[in-house]
Amino acid sequence: MIQQKSYRNTFILLSIVLISVWFLNITLGSIHIPFEDVFTAVFNGEVSKDSWKTIIQDYRIPKAITAVLVGSGLSISGLLMQTLFRNPLAGPFVLGISSGASLGVALLILGSSLIGGISAIAFSSFGMAIAASLGAFLVLSAVLIAANKVRNTMSILIIGLMFGSLTSAIISVLAYFSSAEQLQQFIFWGFGSLGNLSWNELLIFTIIFLIGISLLAFIIKPLNSMLLGENYAKSLGINIKQTRNLVLIITSILTGAITAFSGPIAFVGLAVPHLTKLLFNTSNHKVLLPAVTITGAILMLIADIISQLPTLEYTLPINAITSLFGAPIVIWLLVRKRKIFI
Amino acid sequence: MENDNRHIVLKTNDLEIGYTSKKSIKTITKDVNITLEKGAFICLLGQNGIGKSTLLRTLTKVQPQINGDVFINDENLNSISQNELSKKISLVLTERLPESNLTVLEIIALGRQPYTNWIGKLTEVDIKKIESAITSTNIKHLKHLKHYELSDGQLQKVLIARALAQDTDIIILDEPTAHLDVQHTMETFQLLKNLTEIHHKTILISTHEINLAIETSDTLLLMTNEGLFTGKPLDLIENGDIKNLFTSNTIEFNNSKKRFVLKN
Repeated sequence: MIQQKSYRNTFILLSIVLISVWFLNITLGSIHIPFEDVFTAVFNGEVSKDSWKTIIQDYRIPKAITAVLVGSGLSISGLLMQTLFRNPLAGPFVLGISSGASLGVALLILGSSLIGGISAIAFSSFGMAIAASLGAFLVLSAVLIAANKVRNTMSILIIGLMFGSLTSAIISVLAYFSSAEQLQQFIFWGFGSLGNLSWNELLIFTIIFLIGISLLAFIIKPLNSMLLGENYAKSLGINIKQTRNLVLIITSILTGAITAFSGPIAFVGLAVPHLTKLLFNTSNHKVLLPAVTITGAILMLIADIISQLPTLEYTLPINAITSLFGAPIVIWLLVRKRKIFI
Repeated sequence: MENDNRHIVLKTNDLEIGYTSKKSIKTITKDVNITLEKGAFICLLGQNGIGKSTLLRTLTKVQPQINGDVFINDENLNSISQNELSKKISLVLTERLPESNLTVLEIIALGRQPYTNWIGKLTEVDIKKIESAITSTNIKHLKHLKHYELSDGQLQKVLIARALAQDTDIIILDEPTAHLDVQHTMETFQLLKNLTEIHHKTILISTHEINLAIETSDTLLLMTNEGLFTGKPLDLIENGDIKNLFTSNTIEFNNSKKRFVLKN
């Protein structure tokens, strides 16, 4: 904010890492493709094998772009939630977004046995994305309506958690009455997946993402004064209610879209803001917002690389990888530095 | 008379304060008529629970009044937007800051928010105001520390510097010495007194430091069960109004010592 040390070098370094990891991500996979061919395929040049070009252009690049959007979006949402609730444990899913999405998908997959006669189209990834969006939107609207009735920001946190419990209870009931096959399908959705998007779906995803990101311009300054607490922010002329609503809207747009297209991906939104704060040692959102955007993307791309296990033909669930490798890193960092901030 | 200096920055007109809910109105005090002059150091005294914070919250538009009006520079408080108000009144609260990575400099710089653009970019003027706030509070050596590295006394100075940087006519502090030891308490009173004299700020604080308040303030506001008394400290002692502060059988005000003492 004033006489600030320059973060330019760190940003340049991180950008280089991001680009390298992105290329590494599309180079590695169950089918070995030489790097020169990968590189030419990216820029639509001549590739030794046509199938390689298809793999790169229609599978790996959309997946890598999805990873970037998912990682960035979740990290931004996590940062916003942590500042809004002044709670380092808050993450993008505290508002019940993930549980809402799960409920939508659960109703679609598990509930179909109760209603019966839903066509196969409903089970396509697009159908599930719509169900997830609707579910997330419904639960979130309920949380937002409740949130505007309470003055205390901490109450919103609890209301979000309560809605989460409520929806998981409904899902449990649905699961109890479902067949093994349906349960399996639901669990698979819960694993999360970056790879199922077509270019058209990716376009929609990107547009929603950009809308969410552009709204950030309105809240950078209010967020910084929120670091002093709501009363100080108010005395600095900040409209708390408007800021709070904007934060909730941005988070729901970003997380809602991500959950709809990639499933509920845990951990990233909680952890990346902390990793970034340790790296940059600042609370200033002017620095942190672009920083988490890049760090989140890098982390997600790395998680995706690990999940593909280059030498194996299996792809592990991305949702497990993010926590499996991310959690120990965060624990290690905290044990080392011992303090954790919003 | 020094009429030129008698510029009134804050005035209340039959103000009634308290809490309103859907069902009932709970009045805490009414007929509050106070005038705060530019450059005055005003101490608000009163027992716990008498409504000092409620009064301060009403004056700063944190909560609405039940009746009556508050005027700031002759402008009705209700017609001043939150953003305009932030250029007229700055606050130092008792609540603790949330734990963050903010440095002292960043905290003080946040005081400039009412004046900065959408992303909070500081101009030359902003930086000058910040530097001057740091000099006035004598905290140059703390500039680059994180806020969690500060002692309570240092943090209080930083928060006062932040309020100064906000560049308002009025600064209101809610029990600024609540967590401080004797030395820091006295230093804080000294600092606030200096700010009214050198920078012509109007400073209103609520406090339990009766002796220091009598010694240093230009005006005392006494919130008592008998209503609100206001005046110069010595006048209030002379006419006995100060005795209303406490209605206990165990203490009394001793006029020659100018303080409350235990009854024999």
